[in-house]
Amino acid sequence: MIDLSINFAGIKSPNPFWLASAPPTNSGYQIMKAFDTGWGGAVWKTLGVPVVNVSSRYGSVNYRGTKMMGFNNIELITDRPLADNLREIEEVKKYFPDHAVIASLMVESRAEWEQIIKDVENAGADGIELNFGCPHGMCERGMGSAVGQEPEVLKTIVGWVKEAANIPVITKLSPNISHITDPGLAAVQGGTDSISLINTIKSIVGIDLDSYAPYPIVDGKGTNGGYCGPAVKPIAMHMLKDLAQHPEIGKVPLSGIGGIETWRDVVEFILLGATSVQVCTAVMHYGFGIVREMEAGLRQFMEEKNYQTIYDFAGKALPNVTEWKHLNLKHKVVAEINADKCIGCDLCYIACDDGAHQAIALSDDPAIRIPSIIEANCVGCNLCSLVCPVEDCITMVKRDDGKENVTWYERTENDDIPVTFDDDRAGGKGHFVPTPQDALKHRK
Amino acid sequence: MAEYKRPTTKEEFDKNFKQKKPLMNDTEAYYEASRCLFCYDAPCVQACPTHIDIPLFIKQIHTDNVTGASKTIFAANWLGNACGVVCPTGVLCEGACVYNHQDVPPIQIGRLQNYATNTTISEDKVIFKAGKSNGKKAAVLGSGPAGIAFASEARTMGYEVDIYEAKSLPSGLNVHGVAPYKITNEEVLSEIEYLQKHLGFNIKYNSAIDSKEQIKKLEHNYDAIFLGVGLGNTRTLGLEGEDKANVVGAVEFIEELRKKQHKMKVPQKVVVLGGGNTAMDAASESARMGAKKVVLAYRNSKEKMGAYGFEYDLAISAGVDSLFHVTPLEIVGNGKVEGVKFAKTEIVEGKLKTNMKNTFVVRCDLVIKATGQAKMGRLFKLIDNLDIDNRTVIKVNAETFQTSNPKYFAGGDAINGGAEVVNAAYDGKMAARGMHNYLNK
Repeated sequence: MIDLSINFAGIKSPNPFWLASAPPTNSGYQIMKAFDTGWGGAVWKTLGVPVVNVSSRYGSVNYRGTKMMGFNNIELITDRPLADNLREIEEVKKYFPDHAVIASLMVESRAEWEQIIKDVENAGADGIELNFGCPHGMCERGMGSAVGQEPEVLKTIVGWVKEAANIPVITKLSPNISHITDPGLAAVQGGTDSISLINTIKSIVGIDLDSYAPYPIVDGKGTNGGYCGPAVKPIAMHMLKDLAQHPEIGKVPLSGIGGIETWRDVVEFILLGATSVQVCTAVMHYGFGIVREMEAGLRQFMEEKNYQTIYDFAGKALPNVTEWKHLNLKHKVVAEINADKCIGCDLCYIACDDGAHQAIALSDDPAIRIPSIIEANCVGCNLCSLVCPVEDCITMVKRDDGKENVTWYERTENDDIPVTFDDDRAGGKGHFVPTPQDALKHRK
Repeated sequence: MAEYKRPTTKEEFDKNFKQKKPLMNDTEAYYEASRCLFCYDAPCVQACPTHIDIPLFIKQIHTDNVTGASKTIFAANWLGNACGVVCPTGVLCEGACVYNHQDVPPIQIGRLQNYATNTTISEDKVIFKAGKSNGKKAAVLGSGPAGIAFASEARTMGYEVDIYEAKSLPSGLNVHGVAPYKITNEEVLSEIEYLQKHLGFNIKYNSAIDSKEQIKKLEHNYDAIFLGVGLGNTRTLGLEGEDKANVVGAVEFIEELRKKQHKMKVPQKVVVLGGGNTAMDAASESARMGAKKVVLAYRNSKEKMGAYGFEYDLAISAGVDSLFHVTPLEIVGNGKVEGVKFAKTEIVEGKLKTNMKNTFVVRCDLVIKATGQAKMGRLFKLIDNLDIDNRTVIKVNAETFQTSNPKYFAGGDAINGGAEVVNAAYDGKMAARGMHNYLNK
């Protein structure tokens, strides 16, 4: 029997699907609707001293036929009075006592922190999330990512909060930093119960070519927004991995955020150590109903892999994410083209010839468009298989016998690495490359 | 039968002749363009007789550079707008689309092309202009696709160009001969008007060239002459009774249909003779004009027809019946056609034979002969040293499109015996380049 429920640093939730603090959690109406649809928890739109927002708030990056591959916003924290939000938190908890309602908070002084923590606890919130990530607007006022970028300040504020709070505290980190472990460690040292990441990335999604202003345009001007959506998922997963693998930070529960839209995204975040996931852009694009696909897919995955709870596989990919120097240099794959499936677009050919290692040949007969792999030149880079538009047409096939395992680390230890500019041990020495003049052959 | 009600208004006509490739809207074009794979050395480009850089123009549509897309299209094909909808794309570019190999619908290249050029034409964007005058003059006989393509290309190189057109409208079969569900008169004429406005060639209407004297005058006044004269009217079959009223040629029938539209009256029972694309068009059009019974009669088997399969299917879907292995012997009737007497044909020792013992009459009140055009042999005889082949088509150099008389260049149906608009567009463009090289030797 699959049990999706979680206990995240003491916050109980019927499933790991939470709404991230964002426009979809602006009101009790939205959160009740979300819980009714299947979401297990919600992080309330950040509470604090209410702001004044601008009109024209979101921008997006579309890719080919897909809308909102990347998304950004310049909306600030809640612009609704605190009393309204507190009343609605109470109401939501009354209807959904077993769902997780977490209050995202952002204020300035210690006195404000203490006051607002008391207020949300009284309203019945199950936990607190500290918004140290917002990279637009609020950071100009010394809050949001301005805190997330200063580990010492962050640690101090986490300390204040922990002293005041009786409910679990999640610290939400900003990705706008060189090493995510710096604020991560500061949060843990400050006493946080858990960490969530990532908040949005500073971004400009586009420039209007008539007004020369960045999107979203506010009366002829714009500002940097916070970038999110499917495009940021790889960055988020990498930062999650960094925290999860850290000996101290990895001890606290991690809530994964960043571009999550499908069950597969959910599973991948869990495999990298997240034990709750937070979603915003996918809901802003498709509505709360998107959770049905996530839940069904997660259940299917767990059923097929025979997992009972998400804790059975949380972090399971972590041992396999290592440093480059520990990768096996003796591993060898080459591309193989399935001629029955090939449609002759020849994208693999031109990608390899122009963009990689000149290891794909076209037939001399122009009527034959199925290219062939020049195995001697193929370095196993995957590019052809990545550009191929046909499912399972180009596959990477293992060629080594699996008996040898030599890493860069070991070779360094054994003094067996190239050290001079023309070292004979250069990996590409003797590897075929065409002569420069071959590029102009077509000129005749 | 009788799938179509006789159209009595323009609206009803347009409904019966609904466009097979309607204009795409911006959203449809955006999503369709997003599907293009941008193949290397793309098969669609190779399959296009004018070699339009299709992946490039599709990418340009997708990146909101529709004007650039039109430039790409017109640079290769001056009839790019018409070709987008009248080309048999299923056997050309779209037939070559690699998606076909995985049973994914091919990119709708024709409609995307038409979308780009139609947008540019309706916005009257300036995307090309005439070249600086080089002091040389070219005459063009015929304002069909070949002639227009020649004139346009020649204008970009600075030639002064006069087109002599026998009829009162430009664009030849594009407006007189293509089925109305493939392109509207307005769309054909708007492209010609656009080209003429931005390139500045002259068209002299109602100016048939049919005497030695006129030819001599042209040769005297122009540095080069392009023959884009097509194939002329329907040729006679030499059948008994062929001179009866309501026995018409397909070319003339379609021309009248395109001119009169809903004002034309097509009788109840129609027999169409022939098995080519024109026969399919004429049969389909008769049905769409409300004829109760339309019979397509062809002397050989269905497989032997010259028409594309999709054209035959289109006729059948309009309610046309077909008769195979029949040959007409006589048009029967008293002054006016009342039927066609056919004999069955059969293959005897690999040859098609008429079985005179097996004859019958199909009753009808209109016979449309779609059995070929007469060709322009009479005109060709007026030109000195103009070599023509045994099909009465002009022989040209395959690269320069120059004829045996070096002053003359030719293209379109007049050199290929009848092909697509896109072939004519290619010929005209290449002939202008051929002329330019020749005159600048």
